[in-house]
Amino acid sequence: MTVPFLILAAITLAGAVAAMTLRKLVHCALALAVSLVGLAGLYLDLGAQFVGLAQVLVYVGAVVILIVFAILLTRGDEPPSPRVGRAVGGVVISACVFAVLAWAIVSGGAAQGASAASLAPISDIGHAMMSRYILPLEVVGLLLTAALIGAVVIAMEEKRRTK
Amino acid sequence: MTPLTGCLLISALLFAVGLGGALSRRSAILVLIGIELMLNAANLNFIAFWRYGPHPEALTGVIFVIFSIAIAAAEAAVGLALIMAVYRHAKTTDLSRVDSMKG
Repeated sequence: MTVPFLILAAITLAGAVAAMTLRKLVHCALALAVSLVGLAGLYLDLGAQFVGLAQVLVYVGAVVILIVFAILLTRGDEPPSPRVGRAVGGVVISACVFAVLAWAIVSGGAAQGASAASLAPISDIGHAMMSRYILPLEVVGLLLTAALIGAVVIAMEEKRRTK
Repeated sequence: MTPLTGCLLISALLFAVGLGGALSRRSAILVLIGIELMLNAANLNFIAFWRYGPHPEALTGVIFVIFSIAIAAAEAAVGLALIMAVYRHAKTTDLSRVDSMKG
């Protein structure tokens, strides 16, 4: 638990809390970007460079931009008076889930080998993806293609019907 | 507190924040943001177990997280397209007002 790790964790959690509590949707999306950047920093701090950079590229570069576009296209403003009961229920449930998780984590035995700083070289990741994980890689490519075509079809459905 | 425990606790906090937001907010886009946060908490768990696990040279956690990020991108695209379709139909993204299945 080094100091940079704690700072990055604080940024991540503060961004997440802001993303879930702020009123305006655009502010929420920007707070989500802050949280994801903090998480990418955590990945870098843990020695997974490729995952950290992919996190910045995919999440901050694509997903957050997509969310901002969706917010702007739907002109989404949450109604100003959320029901208090529902918010309290959600917070209570999430607090219970966190309590159970924290109890399990703290009471569980930490079976770890305390490995030295073993980074994952990107060339090793590339070799692994091109040799051992080649089939999942192809399946993910197929999934992304299908998801993109499906997203376009779903979003264009109304226009096709009016023709 | 060992580093692994710290990572897991932070991940659990992130998951709880995402779950609380997904359950209590009313905008569909915010629910999707909460789901993304929960997914990222799971990714942090994978990286932590890979880093502090017994076989960090196996790269299993890193590969799994890379695939998970790719699938999360697909999920976000399809989810936002669904939100757009619902918005065109119901003229709102407020989940408490999208409650009719026909009409």
